[in-house]
Amino acid sequence: MKVNTFFKQTLAIVILIAVVSGALYLGNQKNFGWPQYTQLALEGLRGGAIYALIALGIVTIYNVTGIINFAQGGFAMLGAMLAVSVNNAQQLSEMGVGLRLVLAFFVAVSLTTLVGLLIERLAIYPARNAEPLTQIIITVGVFIVMQGVAFLIWGSDQYTLPAFTTLEVRDMPIRFSGILIKAQSFWIWGTVAIVMVLLYYFFEKTMWGKALRACAINRQAARLMGISPNRMSALSFALAAALGAIGGFVLGPATRPSYDMGLTLGLKGFVAAIMGGLVNAPAAVLGGILLGMIENLGAGITKAGIKDIFAFIILIFVLLFRPDGILSKRETVEKV
Amino acid sequence: MLKSLREKNLGILALIIAVFFVGWLEQVEPGGVGITELTFGIFTFNTVVRIGILTIVVVGLNILVGYAGQVSLGQAAFYGIGAYVSAVFTVQAKALGIPEAIASAWIWPWFLMLLGVLITGGFTWLIGRPILRLKGHYLGMATLGLGIMIFILFRENFAIKPSTVIITGGLDGLPDVPRLSIGSYELWPLHRYFYLVWFFAVSAIIIGRNVVNSRVGRAMRAIHGSEIAAEVMGVDTAKFKLQALVMSTMMASLAGSLYAHFQAAVSPTPFDFVASLELVVMSATGGVGTIWGAPLGVTIILGLGEFLRANLHFLGAGSEVEPIVFGLILILIMIFMPEGIAKQITKLFNRRKSNQQTPEVSA
Repeated sequence: MKVNTFFKQTLAIVILIAVVSGALYLGNQKNFGWPQYTQLALEGLRGGAIYALIALGIVTIYNVTGIINFAQGGFAMLGAMLAVSVNNAQQLSEMGVGLRLVLAFFVAVSLTTLVGLLIERLAIYPARNAEPLTQIIITVGVFIVMQGVAFLIWGSDQYTLPAFTTLEVRDMPIRFSGILIKAQSFWIWGTVAIVMVLLYYFFEKTMWGKALRACAINRQAARLMGISPNRMSALSFALAAALGAIGGFVLGPATRPSYDMGLTLGLKGFVAAIMGGLVNAPAAVLGGILLGMIENLGAGITKAGIKDIFAFIILIFVLLFRPDGILSKRETVEKV
Repeated sequence: MLKSLREKNLGILALIIAVFFVGWLEQVEPGGVGITELTFGIFTFNTVVRIGILTIVVVGLNILVGYAGQVSLGQAAFYGIGAYVSAVFTVQAKALGIPEAIASAWIWPWFLMLLGVLITGGFTWLIGRPILRLKGHYLGMATLGLGIMIFILFRENFAIKPSTVIITGGLDGLPDVPRLSIGSYELWPLHRYFYLVWFFAVSAIIIGRNVVNSRVGRAMRAIHGSEIAAEVMGVDTAKFKLQALVMSTMMASLAGSLYAHFQAAVSPTPFDFVASLELVVMSATGGVGTIWGAPLGVTIILGLGEFLRANLHFLGAGSEVEPIVFGLILILIMIFMPEGIAKQITKLFNRRKSNQQTPEVSA
């Protein structure tokens, strides 16, 4: 076993060196310098922040209920599309764009939260005693229905949301020393940071947050303490839905929201969650950020079409070398 | 013992008879009645062939999920490897520098079928070994990642540098995959191919059933029940899980090759993540712990899809409603029949049997 561990570590280091030098070689061929790398990394950081939000939702639900929620990306899609609808509404055309966006935010987050609650009550709660696989398939079914309904309402068009700084579709670019960042990126980072602080406060200081954590640590013990695991399950879905909606809303202006944006977002969030070991929220956030940066750097030096491949290469490597998550000290897991 | 053996073979026999009946219907069409008319337009002959192909995949998946307790969320990609090996090395044979004499031989596609199976099996054996040493649903996550990676490899135009030949054909895929033949006997039109597909499907069911009832199957069931208990009893859990994985992916690859020669073309879409999910859905609908759940689940899900596509228009709704109804039915099946439909049917049977027996006992 010792030899095996040593072998594994050596192998991991060798692969890492090979990957980094290979990447530098490819970058060199494209004449990349520091500005280009920084540019790619910062752009990746924007996507990474969203992955982190989605991963947080997945981790919250997994911790409380033991379900891997494949519908998580659907919440982000719903948040973005609802915001688009409010922003484009004819009845609100006299309202200022800024005010409309604020309204869109509240409508998107509250409606998505409601949808999350409904999903938990109607689809997850009736199968609360089923096997994990059954529950996972139910979330898949929920995702298919969500996407189907979104297609019915919004069609296959790609929509736009005005950027928060300029209040127009065209965003303000911020330049310094050869690097160009869109202002929306700062909105995304700011929002994600605020959400993290609020979440920390919620989990550490409020009664509901503590009850959720108790449920995550030991459901039976929590029940004995008078916490209803069923109610906590609903709460975790509501929270995850809200997180997803916030992510979708701030991402909206940076991409072109459409009914099918949820699948990729959900899968990337899932990879980020696994990078954090599925149970560790801070590690999942770090995983999301790293994932965003690595995939964008990787796509930049190779080919845009294979961007998605990097996330899953990382996934395989994490599973092989750090199955407990990137921040864990132990090397193998014993989950019974 | 003998009686139970006969009872088990009864199902296989009934299936074989059904296959020949459907084949006969298609060839003769007595009074203009084909399989389409007989099933009120839900199952065309084409669909029956597709059911056969997917049955092979889902039998493997059922063994993996139901008996080894591991879910694969990337099975469609392994299915795709088979299809792409068959397609690339026949369509692109000239570009890849394969001699004309070899590429045009009738045995070449059959050899590729075997090659695809071996490549897939070897590949999953390599990747599965370290991952299956972990406990929990790690295989599901790993196969999810693998599946999407392989799908992207299908989708992207990877060209051989000097000649710029596009190997996989990118999003458009590869057209003109040749039909299979034995010697000069071509396995086409469709009813000939239908027998070939169902020959493999019935074989898969028989093999699956034998595996399940063998020492390996008992070990796998022990693993599904409790991994620790199985290990304490001396079962090498990692080894059996690995065997189940390799077997299921090899079956998927074989089915993929059959699919490529059936469609006479390949494109990446049928092998994406959604397709993998659909396979899991078929497996779960039929019932993961049962071999008969495989054809049942495939038939129900494909039939449901065809039915919705055909009939929603009459109900005044467009095709966009189809995924919604599909998802809803899926959720309902999972909530009310979490063990799958095959087990539900068995339960009904057993209940009726015990009801019949009760008076005898009391008398």
